[in-house]
Amino acid sequence: MLVSLNWLQEYIDVSRYSPEELAEIITKTGIEVESVEPVAEEVTGVVVGYVRSCEQHPNADKLNLCQVDVGEETLQIVCGAPNVAEGQKVPVATPGAVLPGNFKIKKTKLRGEESNGMICSLQELGVDEKDVPKEFADGIFVFPEDVEVGANAVSLLNLDDLIIELGLTPNRSDALSMAGVAYEVAAAIDGTYELAEENVKTCGEKTADHVSVVVEDSEANPYYGAFIIKDIQVGPSPLWMRNRLTAAGIRPINNVVDITNYVLMEYGQPLHAFDYDRFGSHTIVTRRAKDGEKMTTLDDQERTLKSDHLVITNGEKAHAIAGVMGGAESEVQDDTTTIILEAAFFDPSVVREASKDHGLRSESSTRFEKGVDPNRVERAGLRACELLAKYAGGTVLDGVVSHDELDRSEKQVTVNTSTINDRLGTDISNEDIADIFRRLQFNYDQNGDEFHVSVPTRRGDITIFEDMLEEVARIYGYDNLPYTLPQGASQAGGLTLEQLLKRKVKAYFEGAGLHETITYSLTHEDKAQMLVSPEVKEKSVSPVALAMPMSEDHGTLRLSMVPELLESLSYNVARKQENLAFYEVGTVFISEEEKVTKQPEEMLRASGALTGEWLSHPWQQEKKSVDFFVAKGILEGLSEQLDLPFSYEKTKLDHMHPGRTATVSVNGKVIGFVGQVHPKLQKQLGLKETYVFDVNLEVLIEEYKKEEKFQTIPRHPSVSRDIALVVDENVTAGSIEATIAEAGSPLVKDVQVFDLYQGEHLDEGKKSLAFRLLYLDPLRTLKDQEVEETHNAILEAVKSQHQAELRG
Amino acid sequence: MKERLEELQQEALKKVDQADSVQGLKDVRVEYLGKKGPITEVLRGMGKLSKEERPVIGQLANDVREHIAQAIETKQTALEDAALEKQLEEESIDVTLPARPVKVGGPHLLTSIVEEIEDLFIGMGFEIKEGPEVETDYYNFEALNLPKGHPARDMQDSFYVTEELLMRTHTSPVQARTMGAKDGSEPVKMICPGKVYRRDTDDATHSHQFTQIEGLLVDKNVRMSDLKGVLNAFAKQMFGADREIRLRPSFFPFTEPSVEMDISCKVCGGKGCSVCKGTGWIEILGGGMVHPNVLEMAGYDPKEYSGFAFGMGPERIAMLKYGVDDIRHFYTNDIRFLEQYHKA
Ligand SMILES: [Zn+2]
Repeated sequence: MLVSLNWLQEYIDVSRYSPEELAEIITKTGIEVESVEPVAEEVTGVVVGYVRSCEQHPNADKLNLCQVDVGEETLQIVCGAPNVAEGQKVPVATPGAVLPGNFKIKKTKLRGEESNGMICSLQELGVDEKDVPKEFADGIFVFPEDVEVGANAVSLLNLDDLIIELGLTPNRSDALSMAGVAYEVAAAIDGTYELAEENVKTCGEKTADHVSVVVEDSEANPYYGAFIIKDIQVGPSPLWMRNRLTAAGIRPINNVVDITNYVLMEYGQPLHAFDYDRFGSHTIVTRRAKDGEKMTTLDDQERTLKSDHLVITNGEKAHAIAGVMGGAESEVQDDTTTIILEAAFFDPSVVREASKDHGLRSESSTRFEKGVDPNRVERAGLRACELLAKYAGGTVLDGVVSHDELDRSEKQVTVNTSTINDRLGTDISNEDIADIFRRLQFNYDQNGDEFHVSVPTRRGDITIFEDMLEEVARIYGYDNLPYTLPQGASQAGGLTLEQLLKRKVKAYFEGAGLHETITYSLTHEDKAQMLVSPEVKEKSVSPVALAMPMSEDHGTLRLSMVPELLESLSYNVARKQENLAFYEVGTVFISEEEKVTKQPEEMLRASGALTGEWLSHPWQQEKKSVDFFVAKGILEGLSEQLDLPFSYEKTKLDHMHPGRTATVSVNGKVIGFVGQVHPKLQKQLGLKETYVFDVNLEVLIEEYKKEEKFQTIPRHPSVSRDIALVVDENVTAGSIEATIAEAGSPLVKDVQVFDLYQGEHLDEGKKSLAFRLLYLDPLRTLKDQEVEETHNAILEAVKSQHQAELRG
Repeated sequence: MKERLEELQQEALKKVDQADSVQGLKDVRVEYLGKKGPITEVLRGMGKLSKEERPVIGQLANDVREHIAQAIETKQTALEDAALEKQLEEESIDVTLPARPVKVGGPHLLTSIVEEIEDLFIGMGFEIKEGPEVETDYYNFEALNLPKGHPARDMQDSFYVTEELLMRTHTSPVQARTMGAKDGSEPVKMICPGKVYRRDTDDATHSHQFTQIEGLLVDKNVRMSDLKGVLNAFAKQMFGADREIRLRPSFFPFTEPSVEMDISCKVCGGKGCSVCKGTGWIEILGGGMVHPNVLEMAGYDPKEYSGFAFGMGPERIAMLKYGVDDIRHFYTNDIRFLEQYHKA
């Protein structure tokens, strides 16, 4: 809402505050002032001039030589505007004047003729292009005849005004009018304001003899009032009115339209004028539209209507979409002489639907949608009649023809001082509360510390105790509330074990050299299903998609974070940042339904992506690119952190390198995967060798919780033994390790590969793997003999299960 | 004999002094202190001495031995030290050469901010609650006093999955769920951080996904002044003790009365500048007293229980605190951006 300070000042005296102070007061009592700006850049030295004569410039076809009376003198001015003419009163920038952009006016010569000033267009005076009335769009501005020659054009054009922009929250639609703003400001500064009474003189003719009103759906349209004004002369509206509309951001059109818009701004009540002679009947019927019914609106668009839209018809044809926009057919035109003026109350939700369906949000629909003041509907009609009589030559017919089932009663809200103080933490007296209601102009009956308050209908937002509490608090001043701390029983705040573990896991990854990223959960349908861990893929029936995405790129919920992590790597590599290690902890969304009806499972996972050099220390010739074992090492560190052994098994996954990818399992359950991204995908993303991992953090946290922690440190010595085995090259280290662990149970506590060899001294297709075994019994010292027995059992097992031979 | 012993001592000490290697010292030791050495010989000839002389010479011979041994030991240590010194000198390195790098990662700026806020409120006795990002219409809207068709639903155009499911538009449903689980009798004191989603086109100030952190306290006799006190404590810790706070009226469907909190502008100290649009204040969060309809829907009797709630955007806080100028930076994961804020 744009509020002209000059206009507001006319309603309520705010002159004792600077504009900034006023803005601060309004903000602190309840409506945020977003800005205070001058309507135009500063302009000086512009006065009203009378064009005594206007002749063609002797040396230029398109220029005119004007003699302009500016009061104290007559100036010769060369003017190029096409619309300049003798007898006009125009804004003249006299020598020494300063126009926007610090443009200084000097005496000069144009094509050999003296020019002592400039006749100005509104644009040259700093008026925004969109606010300039059409007739002056391509030339100079022309004042109405009644202005005084020599007068200050800047104030006549209201260019010295300031505009206060209010950011209205949805509940404060009462401030969508100058009257509403004035009531609010009066409460804020403890001033006085009351909306002035309308003053309409009517002729003897009865409105009811010329029009009747039928409302078919009283719930959607509880009040419809029709006034008739005849003898209208359509023309420009008075300058002051045009100025105010401009200040409010509404472009002046003609007196009839301007008056309805002016009353809309003044009262907050939208009105509509129909050309009586073009309406097509003398009966106004408001009804629900028929599905598929068509009408052409003021903007010359053909609109297809639906049965939830309300229309104003002549009994047959729709002439307006109620509260949204009028029809082209009965639009007021230059030759219009008689109008039907509509003042109505439409149901907010009905207007909202229609305005949404047609994509039409107007000053009118905005107000109806929020609910207009039922006690101002008819008054706004009367106010428009008054102005039409005064500024459009209109004769107002006697009486309003209406359908009226409108509830105009005031809501009653009871509050008492002690509850107010209990809720606010204050100590406000009965007197102070009474004074707050006086400032708000709310009537009340007081009974001790109980107040029965009648809420004026302009404040439709106040219906319950808490609403009234806010009114009291804001006028009392939020600044004046004390600072206290909650008194309830204190509880020890803290993180749950899950939250702690999540933080621990993140801290681990960061300590291991990974940077945390946050990517979007909504991704492209294709990406959502890429690089998904096998156990997630198994569970997910179909990815969860938005019903109406804004773009395909963010239309589906991810089943894996890996694709977006790769995207982030790719983004960085394209910017020459080539050595990267990222991780993300976040949720993926798994639905076990073909068509989603239930909330999907949101699974917490940790994913990582690594590319480029892992270590580079050139002067000592150390350099290591990221490889499978770097990625696996990060997972092993996590396994160590959580004290949960991970096992790995080779696997094949789409978009992953077929020979360098493994599933990750804990206690026999697959919880994720690790490996190299498929070279084809790497190439597509502009990446060098890139490794990723993705594990289910929820399972890890669950398993962690099951584990018995804090084992005692063994007091008895352990025994370590090595074995070197020769096996076929396709036998995995992991499988031998598993055999050793099984056969060596319970004495073997740890198995580590410490050597891998292939080549000379070994047969083709064979490799040698060396393991270090740790034997330990935490409760006693082991005897050589039992170690020997277990060791032999292990050798038997690897021989039989893996055809392994002891390496000599 | 006395003279002979003194002479031997002189001689031996001189040789010790002249020795320039460990081996040389060893030779001196064998020569003088060995079983066949001259001192032993002297001792052997003691039988010829008188009863009175014998102990005197014996004592002297022992002293000489001791003396020589001591000298050898001292010299030995000196020689070893010199050798080590020389070796270490040869091992000297250029300490200004670059170090072998240690990989260091770090948290995302938003995580740092969220955890900082979490920890501040944990210190005030709040617990952390989390909830689903795909929410039901009921918890996202209805339970928060936003029935179907409510005009304020326009304020946050949302991504629906089905008619009843949507990407949550705020973390408030976690509040509704937490309250609902309490049977209307226990107090609630919680903070809920998380990702939220709105139908916005991504640009410098809008993001279809962003972060929110909200707080809720429900108990008997919770006052609006408590909200003011808690937010003040939070703001001073988060933004600095020298920052002023101001509350002003606002509107949210789930609170009444509602507030917006501003903190004094750090750039201009409250005088007004371009950062604060000339007002001297910067909007930081919204909140208010929990609307009675919200309490009632969660099973609390609003006559007996009251509460306050508030919410803020970590992205906005990061933008203000660290001068991040484009919200998209948080989701692009440019390594240069990520690294910059690891110390944040
Ligand atoms: Zn500032």
